[in-house]
Amino acid sequence: MALLEVRDLTVVFERKGEQPFTAVDHVSFDVEPGQTVGLVGESGCGKSVTSLAVMGLLPRRGARIGGTVNYEGVNLLALSDREMRDRRGRDLGMVFQDPLSSLNPVIPIGVQVTEVLERHRDMPRKKAMVEAEDLLDKVGIPDPRRRLSEYPHQLSGGMRQRALIAIALACRPRLLIADEPTTALDVTIQAQILALLKELVQDMGTALVMITHDLGVVAGLCDEVNVLYGGRVVEKAQRHELFAQPRHPYTHGLLNSIPRLDAPRGEKLSPIRGSVADNIPWEQGCAFAPRCPNALDVCVQRTPEQEDVGGGRLLRCHNPVQPVVTEEVSV
Amino acid sequence: MLRYTIRRLIQLVGVVLVLSLLLFAWLRALPGGPVSALLGERATPESREALTKQLGLDQPIFVQYVKFLGRALSGDFGVSTGVQPGDSAMEIFLQRFPATIELSFLAIVIAVALGIPLGYLAAKRRGGWFDNLSVAGSLIGVAVPVFFLAYVLKDVLSAALGLPTQGRQDAIGATRVTGFFVVDGVITQEWDAALNALEHLILPAIALSTIPFAVVFRITRAAVLDVLNEDFVRTAESKGLTSPVIRRRHVLRNAMLPVVTTIGLQTGALLAGAVLTEKVFSLPGVGQALAIGFERRDYPVLLLLIIMATVVYVVVNLLVDLSYAFIDPRIRTR
Ligand SMILES: Nc1ncnc2c1ncn2[C@@H]1O[C@H](COP(=O)(O)OP(=O)(O)OP(=O)(O)O)[C@@H](O)[C@H]1O
Ligand SMILES: [Mg+2]
Repeated sequence: MALLEVRDLTVVFERKGEQPFTAVDHVSFDVEPGQTVGLVGESGCGKSVTSLAVMGLLPRRGARIGGTVNYEGVNLLALSDREMRDRRGRDLGMVFQDPLSSLNPVIPIGVQVTEVLERHRDMPRKKAMVEAEDLLDKVGIPDPRRRLSEYPHQLSGGMRQRALIAIALACRPRLLIADEPTTALDVTIQAQILALLKELVQDMGTALVMITHDLGVVAGLCDEVNVLYGGRVVEKAQRHELFAQPRHPYTHGLLNSIPRLDAPRGEKLSPIRGSVADNIPWEQGCAFAPRCPNALDVCVQRTPEQEDVGGGRLLRCHNPVQPVVTEEVSV
Repeated sequence: MLRYTIRRLIQLVGVVLVLSLLLFAWLRALPGGPVSALLGERATPESREALTKQLGLDQPIFVQYVKFLGRALSGDFGVSTGVQPGDSAMEIFLQRFPATIELSFLAIVIAVALGIPLGYLAAKRRGGWFDNLSVAGSLIGVAVPVFFLAYVLKDVLSAALGLPTQGRQDAIGATRVTGFFVVDGVITQEWDAALNALEHLILPAIALSTIPFAVVFRITRAAVLDVLNEDFVRTAESKGLTSPVIRRRHVLRNAMLPVVTTIGLQTGALLAGAVLTEKVFSLPGVGQALAIGFERRDYPVLLLLIIMATVVYVVVNLLVDLSYAFIDPRIRTR
């Protein structure tokens, strides 16, 4: 039994007078302690909704959630609001995308760290302050004692994200979800934050769900990768296999749209054509078909099922990219 | 912060000077005047002239103003000609101001004590029956004229609750210290007197509180709705914090800036509303004095009371600005 087992997670948003919208559609993945699992895909493919569903943070009204999210064998989706509140911050931590807006602007950093310690570890404020200083130090914030009494606007972007990581890891949760934790930061800081996450996760044996649209992040961090398209997992593979041999045309396209140093001179970048606005509903066929270079007639007539194609790889495609046998590219 | 406060207080002096000049001219430009008010329309020209001279109104307006300023600097704002003829304007101010402040303060306390929690609740249950009902209710609160509500409270509710409808306190020989009757009762430990004064205040304060209540309610609701959508509230939820902590520390604290601003701006509306409320409940406050003062063209009293009302308004809004810094560190540490 894995630490986190997500099975057929489905989230449908319902609005009065509007068509229900399926943002996440039968998504399944497992995360083991110490393992990092990536959720990858373009904007709007349902990454954040997946993570919010796992955390129990979706709005109670207007969102219908199906499937199961088992944490140590307990289905989180079946827990009461109160039970879930006890677990958030203690068993599950989360780091968000925009570190500035994710911190409360009017209370000191120190309180934002200690409040989670007070809540779950029953620490008195004084003891929690000592612990908070230690935590800030651990995530690489210089002069942590002074920072405790400062406010978010007085910290740099990178430091804010470090503070958020300290908050998420304060109670040593066994599962950490990071939702595009580096998108709001500039490149050098991005690398530092990723290195920090990697180090902490390894030290503490934390299971990490890494959400990103950046394959560079996946390459550096993830053990297993789930590629999402239109709310469904279209390809799931181990990191090495995925980079060596993307099989779904969408994954293939994603890989081809990032610049590589080892590419032959003069080879052009080939971005995926079209946009998510071209998607057709999954019920009619493959949502990606209108943008897919490999599309066949069947792709707009029949919904592709998820198939196990061997080597721990799952694929949802009528006409996948054929494996190249000769050349192995390693990342 | 200190320098800012000092600068604002110096500004206040400027405001008061300009305002006093404008008021001075404007009051004298009104048709009629204290002489007609005191002597009636049928007085002989000789008696009118004598009184005009006695009041110093025969001199050029500029001379009158300079003389007024000179005396005002030593605390002499002239003698009342209409409200309480013969009493000094300052005396009248000191008598009546506490009544109005007590009334307005209680009204704003009611407005805030109800408006903030209800506004929070409405935002939290947005679109629910409570929200719809209270938003509609707050519209009515703004739309119903203050004096109408005051009359309803006075004529209907007071009898049902056995509350007094006149004046500030029954004649029970209470000790006077500050002129604030409730406060006096508390510091002299004459609890009956304090309670009695409070009973006299409660209905007028309710009447006066409706508009500020409705405004505070609506602003709180809107501000809370904004804050609930903020990322940091989601972060707070992701920490598993309990609802009271999220509400107080994360939502309300951030929603308070616009609410506090509103409270400051409402002091103006309160003073205006106090005029009507005091009239209905025969409260001897500033509002009542202003009403009588206008009828009888009591220049010294009008001038002093309006200036003091302005000072209160400016000082309250200065306190509001200072409280920003207390609420929002981004202002404090800039
Ligand atoms: N509360 C909501 N109500 C209705 N629709 C929603 C809600 N939250 C998200 N959605 C929709 O669900 C879809 C998936 O959104 P999600 O935020 O998961 O995308 P994402 O993959 O995280 O994208 P990004 O990379 O931009 O963060 C989007 O089309 C979005 O409009
Ligand atoms: Mg997202």
